[in-house]
Formats: sequence, C-alpha cells, structure tokens
Amino acid sequence: MSSQQTISREVVVGIEQGLHARPADLLAREARKWQSRIELVAERQRADGKSILELLTLAAEAGTRLVVEATGPDAREAVDAIGGLFDRNFSEPNSHTQPLVSRPTNE
Amino acid sequence: MKFSDFVATDAIRSDVESDTKPALIREMAEALVEAGRLPAAELESIVKAIMKREDLGSTGIGRGVAVPHTKHPSVDRLVGTVAVSRKGIDFLSLDGEPVHLFFLLVSPPDRPGDHLRALENISRQLRDDTFCRRLKASTTPADIEHLLEEADNHGVVT
Repeated sequence: MSSQQTISREVVVGIEQGLHARPADLLAREARKWQSRIELVAERQRADGKSILELLTLAAEAGTRLVVEATGPDAREAVDAIGGLFDRNFSEPNSHTQPLVSRPTNE
Repeated sequence: MKFSDFVATDAIRSDVESDTKPALIREMAEALVEAGRLPAAELESIVKAIMKREDLGSTGIGRGVAVPHTKHPSVDRLVGTVAVSRKGIDFLSLDGEPVHLFFLLVSPPDRPGDHLRALENISRQLRDDTFCRRLKASTTPADIEHLLEEADNHGVVT
C-alpha cells in the first residue's frame, strides 16, 4: 500500500559541534510533526528521530554521514523537512566552511 | 566515555531543595564549586551561561531528564554532576513532563567531541528503564555514586 512507503536520503552533519542537544531537540520536534516512523541511520545503529534521547546516542560528530529514513503516509514530506534541517545546518555555524581534513594528503 | 570520566562525585545531590529551573542550576553549579571543581569567582558567569543556553531551547530531553550545560573557558576538562529532585521541576521539556534527573555539564570551549560523548553516555544509560527508576529512587549521594559505577562497569542490574 502506498501509505506505507519508505523514503530515505543521505545527510551530513555540518554543525561544528556535532549533533548535540539543541539540533537533536530541533530534529525531534520536526519529526514529531509527521505521522511516519522516522529513523536516523548511522553506520552501527539506528535512532528514533522523534526521541532526543535516541538521537543523542548517535554521538554524530561534524562530518558524519547519516541516512534519514521515513515510513508512512507522509514519508516524502518528512524526509524533505528533516533533510532541510541538515541542509540549513540547523542554523548553526557550519564546519563545511573549513575543510574537514585540514592538511592536504599525498594519497 | 564513562560517568567516572566527568562526574564529580562530591558534587552529587540526591534530594535538591530547588523547585525552579534557575534555582536548580545554581544549586548544582554551587555544588561543583564546593567540590573544588569550578572556580568560585566564575560561579555567576557559569550560571548565566547555562541559563542563556536554556533560553535557546530547554535541555529537558524527555523521560524526566534534563542536561543543562555550557562551554566555559574556566575549565580545562569536562566537568559535571548529577542531581535528583523528588518532587520534579518544570523544565519546559519537549514532552512537557516535570524533570527529576539532572546532569549538569561544563566543558572547555575547544572540546565539542567530549561533550558529545558525555551526552551519548548519559542518553544511552537513560534509555534503560531500570537505571532511570533506580536513579530516581536514590536517597543518598552514595546511592547515586554506586549506581553510576555499576552503569560504568557492566550496565545496571534489576
């Protein structure tokens, strides 16, 4: 049934301080606006996007890649809204203005 | 990161007197000063910084837990403490519930990773209902200290 569609997209934590309490709060507040089940998927674990407590267990530092995954009738809108928070960097200073690797490597 | 890496055991409070957010934050910061973990001369500045952070959005993260915190140049390593309020304090949490369990953190401005890992440890332990229940039921600072030790070592047993 199309009402149970799953939509996902990759996001990168751009916040210099990592996904700390305030962005986790903003993310959970946004996630709670949608009916869909929303999860943030990291390399080794998944976190309920509607729970600050779970989001904080990701300890996602600047530069971490995560997948936003939503399942439900408004999955696409939910993923767009949450992806948008990451795109706008939760209105915090962006570490991407500085290179993640500070020195060039010879690889 | 473990609780023992950042919790000042001498500053743990098992039954706070405060019944408002500002009073509670001051009581916890004073406990850290009394324990010799924060400089007395910086108390006002630290309390003000923590309150300013609360103005940006409550650190009440749900399940009756709050993590008031700030960065402050007066510390050179992450320092924190734990407090329990039996009656609960209105902290404007996301879930609207009164807060009983408090973890206050003060971190050096240049160590965001340590702060993140302390939050990770706190939130990971608090997902455990048994840990929450036992922390809330603690009647002495020593009870809390033992519970944190237990969580550090092998998780909490019912």
